[in-house]
Amino acid sequence: MQIELEKIFERPRTLRPVTTHYCPGCGHGIVARLLAETIDELGIRERTVGIAPVGCSVLLYNYLDVDMYEAAHGRAPAVATGCKRVNPKLVVFSYQGDGDFASIGTAEAVHVAARGEKITTIFINNAVYGMTGGQMAPTTLEGQKTTTSPLGRNLDQTGYPIRMAELLTTLDGAAYIARVSVNNPKSIIQAKKAIRKAFETQIRGLGYSMVEILSQCPTAWHLSPIEATKWVEEKMKPYYPLGEFKTPEEG
Amino acid sequence: MEKRFMTGNEAIAEAAIQAGCKHFFGYPITPQSEIPEYMSKRLPEIGGVYLQAESEVAAINMLFGAAGAGGRVMTSSSSPGISLMQEGISYLAGAELPCVIVNIMRGGPGLGGIQPSQSDYFQATKGGGHGDYHLLVLAPHTVQEAVSLTMEAFYLADKYRNPVMVLGDGYLGQMMEPVKFEKATTHGELPTKEWILTGAKDRPPRVIKSLYLDPEALEKHNLRINRKIHEMIKSEVRVETYLVEDAEIVIAAFGTVARIAKTAIKALREKGVKVGLVRPITVFPFPYKTFEEITERVGKVLVVEMNLGQMLEDVRLGVCGKAEIRFYGRTGGMVPTYDEIAIEVEKFARERR
Repeated sequence: MQIELEKIFERPRTLRPVTTHYCPGCGHGIVARLLAETIDELGIRERTVGIAPVGCSVLLYNYLDVDMYEAAHGRAPAVATGCKRVNPKLVVFSYQGDGDFASIGTAEAVHVAARGEKITTIFINNAVYGMTGGQMAPTTLEGQKTTTSPLGRNLDQTGYPIRMAELLTTLDGAAYIARVSVNNPKSIIQAKKAIRKAFETQIRGLGYSMVEILSQCPTAWHLSPIEATKWVEEKMKPYYPLGEFKTPEEG
Repeated sequence: MEKRFMTGNEAIAEAAIQAGCKHFFGYPITPQSEIPEYMSKRLPEIGGVYLQAESEVAAINMLFGAAGAGGRVMTSSSSPGISLMQEGISYLAGAELPCVIVNIMRGGPGLGGIQPSQSDYFQATKGGGHGDYHLLVLAPHTVQEAVSLTMEAFYLADKYRNPVMVLGDGYLGQMMEPVKFEKATTHGELPTKEWILTGAKDRPPRVIKSLYLDPEALEKHNLRINRKIHEMIKSEVRVETYLVEDAEIVIAAFGTVARIAKTAIKALREKGVKVGLVRPITVFPFPYKTFEEITERVGKVLVVEMNLGQMLEDVRLGVCGKAEIRFYGRTGGMVPTYDEIAIEVEKFARERR
C-alpha cells in the first residue's frame, strides 16, 4: 500500500544537494542553510549575488545556487560595492569570516558601512582562523589558545578582541546591525530572523546591513561539537553579547 | 571635428567616457587626481557612477565587482597607488575580468616624488602582482594618442577579458594639448558577455573566481590565460618607427621620452646625423621583431628612459647582440631634455665599432 505523505520540510531550493567541506560540528553549514532558506522565502534567488572571500567562507559558491564571486582576502565589501553600483537591482551579500572582516578587511568593512552601501554582510565570528589551521584571530578571546597564541591570548602583547557589531553600529550608514549565534535551536531561529531582516533592509534600500554570527569551530578549538556549542555559550557570549544593535525603525 | 584644449589627465577621463565607461572607482594621488576629479563631475551627468574608494586596495576590488557585473570600468592612480592595487590586478587577471587601469607614473621607489617618471615599466609589463599573467600595456606619447589609446583600451580589455593598462607619466597627465575625440572604426564585434553576474535567472548560476585548488585545473586555467597572452603577442603589437630608413643610429624610447627624442632627432638631422626612433606603443606585448629587423641594418641603439634601465632589458632581447646598445636615463622625476639626448646620440655616433 502506498501512503501519500505531506512534505513539510525539505532542502531549500537555493541549497545545492552537495557535501560541504565544513568539519563536523561547524557553524558554517547551518548558516549556509539559513541563507538559502532566507533567499527562498524572499523569492530573490534569481537576483541575488554573493561574494565569498578567502577563508572557510570561500567555498560557499559551491553550496548556494546563486551567482557568486570569489574575492581577495578582506575585499568582499569592495567587490560587493562595485557589483551593486553597476546593477542596483541585485541583492548583494558578502559572506566573511573574522580574519577577513575584522582584520585584513577592516578598512573595507568600516567604509562599506559608512557609505551606507545597500548590501548585506554575513559575518562569521568563530574567534579563530579555521582554514589556515587555527591561528589567532582579531576576535580570539583573552587566554584562548591558538597555534599563534600557544600560551593563550595575552592582551598586553596582542591587544583586545574586536566587537565588530558594536563598532559598525556607530556609523550612520549602517541601517541594521545584529549579533546572533548558531549554537542551539533557539539561537538558530533568532539568527534566521536577523538574516532575513538584514536582507529586507537591503531590499528596502535603507542602507548597509550586517549580521555577526557567533559560530562554533570544534576543530580549531580542539573541542567536541557539543563542547564547542557550550564554549560559544559560556565564553563567547559574555564578551560578544547577542542582540540587535541597530534597526531601521530606530533610524 | 572640434578640438578641445585639455590636460592629458582630463583627456583620458573624457576618452574613457566616450568609450562607454560608466563606472569609475579611484583614490586621489598626484599627479593624476584630475582624472577622478573630472569623472566625479562628468559621470553623474551621463547616469554613471563615480565612487571615491577608501584606498587603492578597495578601488581595484570595486573594479573587480563592477567588471564582474558587466560594467565598462576604469580606475586610475599613480605609482605608489598602483603598487597597492597589484593584488587586485592579479585577481582581475586570474578571474579574466576586463577593465582599464591608468598609471600616471611618478618617481619612486617608496613615496618617491610627484614628478614624472617611467620607473614602473617592469611592474607594468612583467606582471606586477603574483602569478602567471600579463597586462596589455599601452604607452601614449601625446595627449591625442592618450585619447585614442584609452578608447582602444576598453575594446582590448573586452576582447581579451584581461585588464589593460594605459601607462603615462606625470608629464603627459599634466600637459595641455588640443585634442579631438574620434572613435576608432576598425574595431570588430565583441562577443556578448556570457559570464557576467546578473542573478541566476533562467540559467545555471555563474561563479567569477581565480581559485582552483586542484593543481591540474589551475594549470589548465593558466594555460588558457597564456593562450590569450600569445594571441595578444601575435595580434596587438604596435610600434612607431620614425626616420629609421636611412638611420645609422636609432633611439629606443616610449611615452613622453619618445616625444622629446623626436625633437632631438629633428635637431640632429639638421646637423646631418642620421638618427631615427623606434617607439613601442604597446610595451606589452613588446615589439621585439621591430628591433630584430632594424638591427639588420642599424648598428647602434640608444635606449633613453626616465628610469635606470627597464625597457632596456626588452630592447636587449630584441636586438639580441646584433647591435651596440647604450643607455641614457634620468630618474627621480628628472626629465631628459632634447639637447641632453642629442649630446648622447652624438657621443654614441662618434664611437668606433
